[in-house]
Amino acid sequence: MKSIDFREIEGRSLGYYALLAFFGVLVLIGLGAAYYMETNGHHVTGMNNQIVWGIPHVFAVFMIVSASGVLNVASIASVFGRTMYKPLARLSGLLAITLLIGGLTVLVLDLGKPDRLIVAMTTYNFKSIFAWNIFLYTGFMVVVAVYLWMMMERRMNAHTHTAGLAAFIWRLTLTTGTGSIFGFLIARQAYDSALLAPMFIIMSFSFGLAIFILYTMAAYSLTGRPLGDAILRRLKNLLGVFVASVLYFVVVYHLTNLYMTAHHDFERFILLDGGVYTALFWIGQIVIGSIVPLVILFHPRLGGSRRMIALGAALVLVGAFCQVYVIIVGGQAFPLILFPGKIVSSSFFDGAIGQYRPSLPEIALGIGGVSLALAMATFAIKVLPFLPASLADSDVDPHQAAVKATEAAHA
Amino acid sequence: MSIDRRQFLTVGGAVLASAALAPGMRLIELAQARSRDEAVTSLQRWGMLVDTTRCAVGCSACVTACNKENGLEQNVRLDIRPQWIRTVTLRDEHTGYVQTLPMMCQHCEEPPCADVCPTGASFRRADGIVLVDRHICIGCRYCMMACPYKARSFVHENLTDQRADIPRGKGTVEACTMCVHRVDEGRIPACVEACNSDGGKALTFGDIKDPASEIAKRLATQQSEEIRPDLALDTGVRYQGL
Repeated sequence: MKSIDFREIEGRSLGYYALLAFFGVLVLIGLGAAYYMETNGHHVTGMNNQIVWGIPHVFAVFMIVSASGVLNVASIASVFGRTMYKPLARLSGLLAITLLIGGLTVLVLDLGKPDRLIVAMTTYNFKSIFAWNIFLYTGFMVVVAVYLWMMMERRMNAHTHTAGLAAFIWRLTLTTGTGSIFGFLIARQAYDSALLAPMFIIMSFSFGLAIFILYTMAAYSLTGRPLGDAILRRLKNLLGVFVASVLYFVVVYHLTNLYMTAHHDFERFILLDGGVYTALFWIGQIVIGSIVPLVILFHPRLGGSRRMIALGAALVLVGAFCQVYVIIVGGQAFPLILFPGKIVSSSFFDGAIGQYRPSLPEIALGIGGVSLALAMATFAIKVLPFLPASLADSDVDPHQAAVKATEAAHA
Repeated sequence: MSIDRRQFLTVGGAVLASAALAPGMRLIELAQARSRDEAVTSLQRWGMLVDTTRCAVGCSACVTACNKENGLEQNVRLDIRPQWIRTVTLRDEHTGYVQTLPMMCQHCEEPPCADVCPTGASFRRADGIVLVDRHICIGCRYCMMACPYKARSFVHENLTDQRADIPRGKGTVEACTMCVHRVDEGRIPACVEACNSDGGKALTFGDIKDPASEIAKRLATQQSEEIRPDLALDTGVRYQGL
């Protein structure tokens, strides 16, 4: 197999600058929204003393989970030695870093005191998973940056496997940390489960790969570079497996809760009469985000169409967003149970379903974070060689390349 | 005067023993009377006992007193209004029996809020009072996610005219301090004082480690319970008549 020709994109077209400007404007709007929330206080958001984490946290967790997942493509190449994924490894590492930065930016800008970030970086309580995560997140960026360096610097190529292995282990730890933010909350019905850590890992596989597929398709289509069917077929089949695995974890999570009488009220809330959360779960997460994409991705005809693959990946992301929303906001909306067997009421909304309506500034902040991640990636592929000049079948598929070489020899 | 060997050993031993015991005696003294510039110690644990049978439905003397004492603003939207103490009404699902009780920070021995706090702003003082250091709270609200008692409030709005001894500020989390500023002056929390004068005398405050205190005596002789004992948090606030 011939060596991969990585090349910067030209990035001088009007379209490229328009795209960057578009992301830039969204980032600025997001920053403005954060400033507005910070100066006025969180009363201008939909969050309150019942729903303390809202749509910014949904965006942040969605991006942080995706960041670790998008690195899988590189891991498959470096750790598990699949050569076909090798041309994709650099982009995978790049998106991992930019998505993490985007997610963390949203998380930090939503703090009640974002100006005290320095406190968070210097004063630690090591029993807190948040404190561990500060190290896991910053460490992840360093590890992936080193990994990228090993891949991109010819003299360092020999260490790619080792760096890739370190990054793979780090990312598993990181997502365990993210899942445990919720898993370790003993008091709430929706959380307090060791299952959340592995579930977040498998969610990251699925979300990250869906983003990777869409970004790759967009980048290759916009730059006019060849993208073969072989690689897309591999990626979409893998995505299907990941989507099914997430579904499996979701089923086990709810089955476990359904078996425990103490959790019946919570399950009834999410699965039956939780209003917007029930709708987001069944329609958003299950139908739109899991079943429809599974049908598309594994259908003999639909699965061969690029448009349908892109649609499938996009739907996976819609479902992913709904899933994170149901976990974070739905999980808080269900009231804490302090007095089993009693119907409780108070001026502090004890026993009441939490009310939350995402406000415009919160949504703008979240979209700003996504735009920041995409803008950084889009800028990076112009200044450094992250993308192969061609992902045509003959350039990436060892089997196809061999056939082609034989044909050429005979000719 | 000459002393023999036996006398020397006896006297010497006694002197040594007193010298060794003195700091210990002094420590007991310290625990009982502490000036404001001395650090609190774990020789004390402040706690509260709530006799819910004395809580009248509709009475909110404790809530009013707390809001006044701590300067908690009342002209704020209900869903974001800080509430350090609230009255909760319980109705039994099967029997219909109605009762009411005050809920606030339970001042856990093992507080989940302090466990999850990334900066250590949420902490438990040596004498059992759980507080938020408003100077290093970054406003992440993880403690509010972790608290099993929904005891904490986030300050959603700009504050002005805060009381000097009760630090508060926009963007930080707060909760019942057990009126630590009063306790440190040897006074009792505002809610307890108000309940005693205007309410049903349902609240007893004191040092649960001091066997001579009323609260310790009652806890030792009467039934009481924690809310959510399954979590094994060893709360400093206990209830009777649940």
